[in-house]
Amino acid sequence: MKKHRKLLLIGEIVGVALTVIIFIIPFYFMFVNSLKSQQEANLLTIAWPTELHLENYLEVFSYSNYQLLTAFKNSLLLTVFTVIGLIVTGAMAGYVIQRRSDRVMKIVSSIIMLGLMIPAAILPTINLLQKLHIYRTMFGMVMVEIALQTPFTIMLFRGYMASIPTELEEAARIDGCSPFQVFLQIINPLLKPIRATVIILTAVTTFNDFTNPLYFLPGAENTTVQLTLYNYKGQFASSYNLLFANIILITIPMLILFILFNKKIVAGMVAGSVKG
Amino acid sequence: MKAKRNHNKLYSFWFIVPSLVIFCVFFLFPILSSLYYSMTVWDFNTATFCGLDNYKMFFSENSLSSSIVHTLIYAFLTSALKVVIAFFIAVFLCSGIRAKGFIRSAVFFPNLVSTMAVGLTFSALMHPTKGLFNIVLQAIGFSPVNFLGDMNLALYSVIATDVWKGLSVSVVIYIAGVQSIDRTYYEAASIDGANGWQKLKNITLPLIAPSQNSIIILSLIGGLRSFDLIWAMTGGGPGFATDVMASVIYKEYAYGFYGLSTAGNVIMLVLISCIAFPLQHFLMKREEAIQ
Repeated sequence: MKKHRKLLLIGEIVGVALTVIIFIIPFYFMFVNSLKSQQEANLLTIAWPTELHLENYLEVFSYSNYQLLTAFKNSLLLTVFTVIGLIVTGAMAGYVIQRRSDRVMKIVSSIIMLGLMIPAAILPTINLLQKLHIYRTMFGMVMVEIALQTPFTIMLFRGYMASIPTELEEAARIDGCSPFQVFLQIINPLLKPIRATVIILTAVTTFNDFTNPLYFLPGAENTTVQLTLYNYKGQFASSYNLLFANIILITIPMLILFILFNKKIVAGMVAGSVKG
Repeated sequence: MKAKRNHNKLYSFWFIVPSLVIFCVFFLFPILSSLYYSMTVWDFNTATFCGLDNYKMFFSENSLSSSIVHTLIYAFLTSALKVVIAFFIAVFLCSGIRAKGFIRSAVFFPNLVSTMAVGLTFSALMHPTKGLFNIVLQAIGFSPVNFLGDMNLALYSVIATDVWKGLSVSVVIYIAGVQSIDRTYYEAASIDGANGWQKLKNITLPLIAPSQNSIIILSLIGGLRSFDLIWAMTGGGPGFATDVMASVIYKEYAYGFYGLSTAGNVIMLVLISCIAFPLQHFLMKREEAIQ
């Protein structure tokens, strides 16, 4: 038994050491280099900076007429609108899809679930947005984001609905509530836990999305934080300090989210995958 | 009959209309119309029908068709590595160690960091002369490696980064699977004299099959669609060595070949469907056979 303990302890030490080397050092690397002078950062070492250059962060912000500020605003708007759209439409759809079992609903449900697997057709979507005169607009981008994340959102809500008994709704119906009132006043409050999960997961996905804004929201005034980072890649090729300052700035929101909602995020990922 | 009508009245079809409309207009309709546009020479204003020319072009042009091979290598390798490595991490984390919370959080966090940030950071770490990886390699007596500049290596360097970033989802799914296994199986096996390896192989592995199937499907589809990490790290280069389907679609779009790009999009859709649906069917069957 004592030998087993010892083995476990050694395993634990090795595990922690490997974790630090593989998973912590890259973040440490980003952080220290964001604080160095340009010359020092370009050496790409993990040494602590000889002197701290906090002004790197200011410089990244003020670069190109405070473009990063615009980008944060755009990313925030995109994320907020997408998340609101998803939790409103997704909750209603997940509710009815789970409760009804007729053929039409089964067909609708399996069509929507196709979206979990098959990729979007990008250029026809651009063409459609142009025809509707909403290409390069926040509204068009939000619609595309909602469409792409609807299957996953509905799956989460539908999975959670299965755990809510139907007696409540029937009782409310007998008491004279309209179908919409039943949903709003009886079901909606009960969806709070899954709604929190959906909000976090879709917010992270949307905020970190690079590909879709690249296609559907081009133009300097529309830029999002991921796109500015990509553009800086070329412009800051010789100033890694600014590049890493930018990376740290767009990673901090995720770090805060992770510290606050660690358990919710993990639970959501598990729920989202196993039931699919 | 009446009960059913009441039932459907309560759960009105109107509830799914908003989702359905947005999904059909902005996802389904473009996919259906892509079948037509992929057979045209197209500049968004006029589309001239050209039959299967775009498809012929895609398969005959080596720089385009090689992207299919790269996509398959990328998807299967990232998926396989995640399935195997995440399994051992999950079992290790479930073995009653005290640092579980720390290790799990550290493994998980990269998943929340944007792909762009991870890609650019690892490009710096893989710098051919001064990158940290090469400094370590040289310190232990190897010659430096051009991780992203070597035609034969670049794809695998990106794959390694993808695994680093995406491992976490697989780990948490496995952990949930391992934790749901009834402890009494292990106790019974211990009484029968099974060692740790036998318990792992004969109890844990079969009973986490459902979790494993989710991981395989999720990571494979993710791999087949992947774009941003490759775009951040190599831009498809050197040459066409790391071009995958999604990056070819973007490149052809940037060059103005909209019809060709859309044909690539359709080929990608068919490829994913031909792999994902049969695989899911097969895995479900296997899962049923075990239980």
